Amino acid sequence: MSDVFVVTEHLQGELTETSFELIALARDIAAQTGGRVVAGLVGSGVIGLAAELGGADRIVVVDDPAFENFSPDGHAAVYASLIEGSPIVLIPYTSMGMDVASALSTTSGIPLVSFCTSISVDDGLGATCQLYAGKIEADVEVAGDRAIFAVLSGSTSAEDGRSGAAAEVTRVDNPVESELRSTCLGLTEPEGGDVDITSEDVLVVVGRGIESEDNIAEAQEVADLLGGAVAGSRPIIDQGWLAKDRQVGKSGLTVKPKVYLTLGVSGAPEHVEGMKDAETIIAVNTDPQAPIFAVAHYGWVGDIFDLLPELVDKLEAD
Amino acid sequence: MDSVVLLRPVPDPVEELELNDDGNDLDRDYLGYVLNEFDDHALEEALLLKEAAGGTLTVLGLGSADEMEQILHTALAKGADEAIKLGDDLSHLSVSAQTEIFVSALEGRSYDLILTGVQAADELDGQLAVRVAAKLRIPHVSVVVGADAGDGSVRVTKEFWGGITADYQVQTPTVLGIQAARQAPRYVAVSLIRQAQQSGALSEIDVDPPPDKSGVRVVSVRVPETGVGAEMIGGDEEAAAEKIVEIIRAAGVK
Repeated sequence: MSDVFVVTEHLQGELTETSFELIALARDIAAQTGGRVVAGLVGSGVIGLAAELGGADRIVVVDDPAFENFSPDGHAAVYASLIEGSPIVLIPYTSMGMDVASALSTTSGIPLVSFCTSISVDDGLGATCQLYAGKIEADVEVAGDRAIFAVLSGSTSAEDGRSGAAAEVTRVDNPVESELRSTCLGLTEPEGGDVDITSEDVLVVVGRGIESEDNIAEAQEVADLLGGAVAGSRPIIDQGWLAKDRQVGKSGLTVKPKVYLTLGVSGAPEHVEGMKDAETIIAVNTDPQAPIFAVAHYGWVGDIFDLLPELVDKLEAD
Repeated sequence: MDSVVLLRPVPDPVEELELNDDGNDLDRDYLGYVLNEFDDHALEEALLLKEAAGGTLTVLGLGSADEMEQILHTALAKGADEAIKLGDDLSHLSVSAQTEIFVSALEGRSYDLILTGVQAADELDGQLAVRVAAKLRIPHVSVVVGADAGDGSVRVTKEFWGGITADYQVQTPTVLGIQAARQAPRYVAVSLIRQAQQSGALSEIDVDPPPDKSGVRVVSVRVPETGVGAEMIGGDEEAAAEKIVEIIRAAGVK
């Protein structure tokens, strides 16, 4: 009769897709353990969001002005109290979840498994995880009968976690008595750039394999010939080689162009989340094991620097 | 503002990963290690903070035979004041065990900021930055993309998703999990790295790997099935280019 607790997350008054995905996963687990799905909802003025969480059996709400914005140590401290009594805890492996999961595990001693894509409870607690940016899949088992699972976005369908049913809502007072040690000064929206990659028909997308900033010019040439734009995966943006508004992925933008041509993109989960719904995905990578080939419609294993001049030739002749 | 940066070696992300015979780990015999790329950004952010606000910068590197010495000498060449290598072959420990090692190395040191990468590709049992903070009972912020030192506090920018960020004022001491420094990690001349090698600024602390208390055990690993759904294009680059152009045209572009 083990309850499954789901840490939900929301930003600017909206629950994230990942929150619903986790509720869907929790429903599957609870069906096997015979327990209930308990969703935690922490924020200020968030009680209205509880109506959307009908996929859970019970919602525990801490609605307090102290949590008007996400508080890294504050949310971790609140959840340390809320998860008591739930042996299985699911947390999104996201910017917010990262600040909660490891803190909960360290202070409570409950084992934590990161990068989870599925969870098993039939023969002890276990999970399947994506390590090394999706290049390796691992089956792991957890010692004992309690565990915290940090789950990757996109691990299941969010639709399965939505329900119009009315869950039991329990409001609890903010259990954190100590003062928060971090203060949110406000949110900043991304600035629009010269190109909106979400409205392009063709994206030529460079990853770590492009090797240097100078080499992006070759990809740009192909994009120009196709009337499209150049975008990049996270390492390229972190290097400062392309502007932030050219980033595709979880921490960047979600795109659905007609053609998505990747050059030296490995296909880490963070990237795939932002491009998996593109109409035609063509991937080029030297590593035949690169996870990008699992999501692409067409793939070629080879050197992008051999391919690029040929592509330019063919397109110019076309 | 005094900073400590925690550095970890990770398997080189551009290398093809081979599995061991037991099928429960990578084959580590021939594996090349590099500095975790997020830790490189943590070092860069610490260097920028030191340049702007002064203070000392210490780097602690989790030992792996040769690579970590090179990594620490590079950090010294870039401007770190002191570098300490912890242990010798600790490249595959759980994050819980890494946390124990770093926390005991931090004991008796004074610092305002601890910086490390927000994550590493092999962090199966949580994130080092947050675990270290929770162990030390000091605040933490993950997914930091910029920091600015103040008096008794630090102002940091945390990235959420979809490009939305939030600024936080955080009491020091604190631990920052760095996603990206304000600028790309700097390059440093080989001559300066050689100078650092001869400076004697690198010291070592013997560390016995602590017992693993993560409670998480890998049963089996595999390379995920690839190419499922992807039609692989054969041939050389010329044939591939021709086929790719054909696919693009068939998709309705131009």
